[in-house]
Amino acid sequence: MPNNLKCSLCEQLATVHLTQIINNKVQKIDLCESCAQKKGVTDPEGFSLAEMLSNNNFINTSESVSCEQCGLSIADFKKVGRFGCPDCYRAFNEHLKPMLQDMHIGTLHKGKVPENSFKQTSLSEKIALLKVQLNEAIKVEAYEDAALIRDELESLSKELSNSER
Amino acid sequence: MIEKLIENLNAKKSKTGSKASPVVISSRIRLARNLKDYVFPNRANFTQRCDILSKVEAALEGDSKFKKGFFYKIGDLSQLEKRLLVERHLISRELCEKESGSGVFISSDHSCSVMINEEDHMRIQFLKNGFNLNALWKIVNQFDDLMDSRLPYAYSKDYGYLTACPTNLGTGLRASVMMHLPGLTISENIDKVIRASNQLGLAVRGLFGEGSEASGHIYQISNQQTLGESEGDILARLGGVLKNILEHELNARYKYIEDHKAQLFDKIGRSYGVLRNAHIMNSDEAMNHLSFMRMAVDLGLFEEEFRGLIDYLFMEIQPGHIQYPESDVSVEFRDIKRAEILRNNFQKLPLVNFDNFSEQF
Repeated sequence: MPNNLKCSLCEQLATVHLTQIINNKVQKIDLCESCAQKKGVTDPEGFSLAEMLSNNNFINTSESVSCEQCGLSIADFKKVGRFGCPDCYRAFNEHLKPMLQDMHIGTLHKGKVPENSFKQTSLSEKIALLKVQLNEAIKVEAYEDAALIRDELESLSKELSNSER
Repeated sequence: MIEKLIENLNAKKSKTGSKASPVVISSRIRLARNLKDYVFPNRANFTQRCDILSKVEAALEGDSKFKKGFFYKIGDLSQLEKRLLVERHLISRELCEKESGSGVFISSDHSCSVMINEEDHMRIQFLKNGFNLNALWKIVNQFDDLMDSRLPYAYSKDYGYLTACPTNLGTGLRASVMMHLPGLTISENIDKVIRASNQLGLAVRGLFGEGSEASGHIYQISNQQTLGESEGDILARLGGVLKNILEHELNARYKYIEDHKAQLFDKIGRSYGVLRNAHIMNSDEAMNHLSFMRMAVDLGLFEEEFRGLIDYLFMEIQPGHIQYPESDVSVEFRDIKRAEILRNNFQKLPLVNFDNFSEQF
């Protein structure tokens, strides 16, 4: 019988003790009555231990990284356990692996590829890259290259706007 | 607000049993999807949320599934209406908490719902009676492809579908199967099953989550992990475990009948008597009696055609359903009304025929 354990979230006395095995690793967490209530432990429908653990295991770094798109910081994520926007995954990419390893079967997507959205994503990435190249070409006055890049940009942009319809 | 949906629901009443089966009541698959270039709902302001809502609405419009279906903005629904939709598993508790800028589409046959601006921009859910994961995935996948052709999803090559919570990352797929496990519960083997399932990365929950002993011996079993495996592999793994649980449940029943036939028949007979005659009943007690009635169908004591009615009553006796459309009633009133509904239904049923007992489930 564990006694005097402290709640993993606040410093209160823990009265709720949970154990779950995720990827062959025993994960334990101790909570006080009110945190257990708040986290929905008593409402199993909305509760996942993996989800809770995610906050604990995530990023033991003092770096204050933030997402450029939505402004979410690591501290924000630790508090709410949710990302702010799709770009957060890029912003926090290098810190994600350990958390995902604990949570999932693997750390790479092996499921379906959305044909249209994937095409759009890769097109926008290409366009962003070409824009950088275009600026560089203009900077060094390589106007012939710039013209070629501009043509390619135009055709890709057209392709993108077609697929977005 | 939801009168039409209720009407339409009651019209379906007689049909719901068509494909229900012993042990496995229903299967559900949901996908978490988000739109590219938008912050997730929790971080979005009102204007952004409305923008997302109207984009999704436009994409769903004209789809045959939703032509005769229903669309509700969460802010327009009363507490009771929300509760009723939760009891129907058509929306989540989390969606109920949302204020303006969230909504839900429900198809006319209630087999599909799309929640908008819950935790993710879209939560697509399909439901079918019986054990039906593969057939269900086919429909969900098709619908998802259609949405992909109309809306730009947030997707990355490495992480798949990007979701607000990293626990849904990758496929965004959560499959869950509702099982009726009285055999394992009565024989006190259910804890072992829950533990073993947890070790295999599956979650086991009660019908609505109350208590450790699931109300009505109904459990929901679902996958926890969404990344690192294909949709097919996730469903195959879940399906494999479910088949195992199904086998254990049937064995537990055989064993229990072998050793305690009189006790089991006694429980069934008493439940039947109570359902036919009681005048006050809370939902836990009602769930428990209905569970034995479902088992009576499995054992051949009732005709198969009544299974649908029993499954329907499991929902119909939930507090929100009992109360609807009254806005404020006492617990006593609900318990009286619940007993009345059950009496009316069970007095129409034939007597339990214990001579029809069959060990073939």
